[in-house]
Amino acid sequence: MFKTPRAIFFWLVLLSVLLVFLDLPENYRLKFTVFGKSIDRVINPPTFRFSLFGSRIEKQFVTKLGLDLAGGSHVVLEADMKDVQAADRVSALESAKEVIERRVNFFGISEPVVQTSITENAYRIIVELPGVSDVSQAISLIGQTARLDFREFLSSATASATGESTPSAFIIPSIENTKSVGIIGKDLKRASISFSQNTGEPQVAIEFTSEGSKKFSDTTTRLVGQQLAIFLDDFPITAPRVDTAITDGQAVITGSFTQDAAKALSLQLNAGALPVSVSVVEQRTVEATLGKESIVKSIRGGIVGLCMVALFMVFQYGKLGIIANFALLLYGLLALGVFRLFGITLTLPGIAGFILSIGMAVDSNILIFERFKEEKRAGKPWHIAMEQGFGKAWDSIRDANVTTIMTSLILYNPANLAVLPSSGLVRGFAATLLIGVLISLFTGIVASRTFIRVLYKERSNEVTK
Amino acid sequence: MINFTKYIWLYFTISAIVLLSGAYSLVRFGLRPSIDFVGGTLVEMRVPSTILSNDISASAIAMGMEVSSVQRSGKDTFLVRTKTETDLRVTMLAQSIASGSAITVLRKETVGPVLGKELLTKAGVAAVLAIAVILLYVAYAFKSIKYGVSAIVALIHDVLVVVGMFSLFGHFYGVEVDTLFVTAVLTAMSFSVHDTIVVFDRIREYLRRDRSRPFEELVNVALTETMNRSVTNSFTIIFMLVALILMGGDTIRWFIVALLIGTISGTYSSPFIATPVLLLWHKWESRKNKG
Repeated sequence: MFKTPRAIFFWLVLLSVLLVFLDLPENYRLKFTVFGKSIDRVINPPTFRFSLFGSRIEKQFVTKLGLDLAGGSHVVLEADMKDVQAADRVSALESAKEVIERRVNFFGISEPVVQTSITENAYRIIVELPGVSDVSQAISLIGQTARLDFREFLSSATASATGESTPSAFIIPSIENTKSVGIIGKDLKRASISFSQNTGEPQVAIEFTSEGSKKFSDTTTRLVGQQLAIFLDDFPITAPRVDTAITDGQAVITGSFTQDAAKALSLQLNAGALPVSVSVVEQRTVEATLGKESIVKSIRGGIVGLCMVALFMVFQYGKLGIIANFALLLYGLLALGVFRLFGITLTLPGIAGFILSIGMAVDSNILIFERFKEEKRAGKPWHIAMEQGFGKAWDSIRDANVTTIMTSLILYNPANLAVLPSSGLVRGFAATLLIGVLISLFTGIVASRTFIRVLYKERSNEVTK
Repeated sequence: MINFTKYIWLYFTISAIVLLSGAYSLVRFGLRPSIDFVGGTLVEMRVPSTILSNDISASAIAMGMEVSSVQRSGKDTFLVRTKTETDLRVTMLAQSIASGSAITVLRKETVGPVLGKELLTKAGVAAVLAIAVILLYVAYAFKSIKYGVSAIVALIHDVLVVVGMFSLFGHFYGVEVDTLFVTAVLTAMSFSVHDTIVVFDRIREYLRRDRSRPFEELVNVALTETMNRSVTNSFTIIFMLVALILMGGDTIRWFIVALLIGTISGTYSSPFIATPVLLLWHKWESRKNKG
């Protein structure tokens, strides 16, 4: 399949055509008239929907833009782990993340990202809210410690409920019709999912601290036969009926839970039980218009720069320069395709990394062409000089690119080592640089060599053999 | 063949002038750290054209904010830097400068001081690690520690040039160093080595071919033959970067400037720092062996 240069050339052209479709602009309106027929349609990159081994796969090829380009808010919260035992810290952070995620989702923000980051002694939660420019309210809600509150119904509420025909009437608990019994998150030691010994159904087991046990025992003794509502962040999550007084500090919440629901509830309870307070250590908000302005400007600057590079190459190397520009075009298509395929988020530093890698892609061609000129000066026929040019330039291309690849790997920090940077900005830069350099090796060597072998002809300067 | 090595001391003098002025500025003025490193609040706002920077700082001071600078960032946009402030207070500031919704807050960043120190330490660790890996790789690829060390000397030269220049920029133009700057320095490092290796590769090739020729002559041939490529290649990158500086967004302008200085210094240092260091080392070694 890849035997002859012509075959490789064919595949490269096919690849380019495929990439053009993959790289189509998003929501771009095309309107023009050709041969008296007017064409007006909105262009979008393709979306693939197919089933693989029973699971449906939907892949949309769009470029993901970072918050600095698309606009939005970036908030870093740090958990205060002073009072948490070392062994519990990771799970405490996870629970806090769950709560924050729930709170963020409550806002109805599209595609929020909530992730944890642990470095040495810092336990952080990174929250990214695309399109949100007013974060003060969001932060005040996100930043709070999850509040767990046990509440009993006010006598008036129960009175009106029992006044109804059925004594078992279920009232939906709310802040208005209940009052706190004085048991809060701190009194809870741990909540976990367990399974009922009778029915095998999932349930949530709660364990109180010694102080909490006492309060809980007093409360349940007082409230036998009534409902005790559990609130998290002022929202009722469940309201089980107290069957008997519980004095040993252990309780189970039963109900028709699914396993996931029981797990979620225990996580929420743990979150409320955690005395982890979080504080905002970093907050960045970019108005979408500013992002849009800089992306438009940067793209324009990039295109102008690229055109100058292309002209310069033609000026320096003539026909070879044109071929190098084709290889460069393929490079651009491939890089954009890879960004879309792997969902690489493009940020401003990312674009800079990409531009730098364009420079390195051109460098491969320059190295080869300079070698080619030298070999020709030494009196070799052009096609031999060309092949040798590739061969001799390879050593320096390899060594130079290996160091760049190693540097970008260290910056990208794929193993998430705590001692190396894990900031999104540095990473964005390293990712595009790494991808760019790898692709440039392919287009600079394989593609441009094939293009030259198939397209380039030079009058032979062979004299006699 | 051009006798490049004849002017080694000229190259060193040029570098010394740039490095010393940068070093002087670094010691005297230091760098202007952005809120990324020291913490605080940065607000970029678009204001009606009648508003001047004095109006903004007066309003901020009237609100009791500790303003460190108010800077024009575009035609009608300003950057305001203060000690850490809440969103609410920033909104109040915008309203006190001009009532109604005349002012748009474009960007708002608040950073605690912990993160910056951490980032610097981590970037430092990453840089040292990268230098070690590069040193080992170059020494391995060229079968001699001399090449590795010479490449690293040029690399450190380039880093110092970029950092020194930004100290000067900071003093004269109020340019701040931020996370992006750290990224730019790391890039300059990798470009520097990338460029040096191309020159070294040529020296290695001639060494293999002809061991009898004096080393200095080999170096001169290699420099002569790679010069065209070095200049051509740097030009392509410089074209891209200059276009971005002139037309690109304001937020990345100084980042690109840092990349540009890194590229120029990186190109310069390969033939004029790394190679002379290699040559001097070689001479010193052969003298020692003789004596």
